[in-house]
Amino acid sequence: MSEIISRDTLDHLIQASYFIAILLFILGIKRMSSPVTARRGIRQAGLGMVLAVAATFFLPNMGNFFLIISALFVGSLLAWVSARKVAMTGMPQMVALYNGMGGGAAATIGAVALYADSDYGVVIMSLAVAGGLIGSIAFSGSLVAYAKLEGLISKTMRFPGQQLFNALVFLGAIGCGAALLVVEGYPFELITVFFVLALLAGITITLPIGGADMPVVISLYNALTGLAVAFEGFVLDNAAMIIAGTVVGAAGTLLTQLMAKAMNRPLSNVLFAGFGDTGGEGGGGPEGNMKETEASDAAITMAYAEKVIVVPGYGLAVAQAQHKLWEFCERLMERGVDVKFAIHPVAGRMPGHMNVLLAEAGVPYDLIFDLEEINAEFDEADVALIIGANDVVNPDARNKKDSPIFGMPILNADHADNVMVVKRGRGTGFSGVENPLFFADNTQMVFGDAQEVANHFIQGLKSLAE
Amino acid sequence: MIELTGFIALYIVMLTAFVGIEIISRVPVILHTPLMSGSNFVHGIVVVGAMVALGHAETTLGQVIGFIGVALGAGNAVGGYVVTERMLEMFKSSKGEKA
Repeated sequence: MSEIISRDTLDHLIQASYFIAILLFILGIKRMSSPVTARRGIRQAGLGMVLAVAATFFLPNMGNFFLIISALFVGSLLAWVSARKVAMTGMPQMVALYNGMGGGAAATIGAVALYADSDYGVVIMSLAVAGGLIGSIAFSGSLVAYAKLEGLISKTMRFPGQQLFNALVFLGAIGCGAALLVVEGYPFELITVFFVLALLAGITITLPIGGADMPVVISLYNALTGLAVAFEGFVLDNAAMIIAGTVVGAAGTLLTQLMAKAMNRPLSNVLFAGFGDTGGEGGGGPEGNMKETEASDAAITMAYAEKVIVVPGYGLAVAQAQHKLWEFCERLMERGVDVKFAIHPVAGRMPGHMNVLLAEAGVPYDLIFDLEEINAEFDEADVALIIGANDVVNPDARNKKDSPIFGMPILNADHADNVMVVKRGRGTGFSGVENPLFFADNTQMVFGDAQEVANHFIQGLKSLAE
Repeated sequence: MIELTGFIALYIVMLTAFVGIEIISRVPVILHTPLMSGSNFVHGIVVVGAMVALGHAETTLGQVIGFIGVALGAGNAVGGYVVTERMLEMFKSSKGEKA
């Protein structure tokens, strides 16, 4: 290469490639802020990544090319196969898994710098240590989050003195990290202890967090990985890593806050208190009886309605009923019914997850509205159809101060003239909180598996047409 | 290489952080999952750093750690890209326009 292009020119070309890659990343993320341009956005960012990886081969003094190419091949192949296979319901844990890999990669960069014992100066070395610490926590923590959402770890592990133990592990890791900076000619064992403690901290912090809070945690680790990447970017003097890492770190932090706010769960609560531990029993369940109705009767009520707002929840996706539900809604729309979908920010397992699941079933995104957009419209809706959702329509969140979900913004489904609730059984939902909406005068319950009920809805409409 | 040192680097980090916050703050909730996945893909740029670390590694230990780093980084980038693309592929409007 050096005979054709001078080292100087090559360096400039590499820098230019990184520059264009960063530009493509930022434009790509920007385009992802609208569903119309989002797909183009991710493709642009992908192009930027290819460019940056290709340019890196031409950096000065690079060796081990065979190892680099094999590692790229192994990692890419495994990720590609798993990413093609995963079902849309499993998306949150896959994001956690790939995020963990990024954190791990950032930690290895820190490890290589530390083991090489290079003379970088204290500022750069502290960034290497900080990146190693954060990257390791993001790595092991994300793997635990993945295992929990995938159902590999079903128990929420809690023991007395756990927070003290976690704090000690975390402080131990920081102590080792500090020692690496201060002690001249530190022994290699210290580096190993540092990384072991950091990995352990990620595990022990994540284990006691309940499944419902996991999305916030994944988002937090996503931001942390970005930060770790930026730190290690300073170690390697790599502008692409610094800028891309900082963008993700900042954006991820904001996204984490938005999610925590939507769930009415301060971040400190998510990290240091288990769900349900704080709320009392709330003093007695709601008064009255549930009114049960047949699916075919419910379908007919909706067929003659002017406006139906559907409130889907994760239970819908568990029952794989999105497609049937959409078929039913399409038939309603053919009859001239105005159908809209209302999505709570925490519907599904991640903010926006429900939208992905509905999109998979073919529901156009312009029929889907979020809480702030649609809440006023429930007042003029004839029917609110709640299917697989529970807490997000619980009026207790508005007016019952001792309810564990008090203060959480909810969808005003109870303002509709009629409320139809499709539910598996009579019990309380995921969070174990009673829902007085199910006992309200204008509520009718349709019990059964969401997919079967949706089928009966369709049958009900067909019988009308005959 | 252009060296990013001292305050120049701090300025870049500060401004970049604002860019990150600014571009996310206008994202509708319906795109939060693809966006998280997309930003997850973007920090896959770490693969470039892992390549540098492996490319400069001289000891066996360095090569082993570097290899793991590059494989993990590549997994982050490729996995992040594929799942994001798969999700966005499905978003369409009622007029039948694909995203």
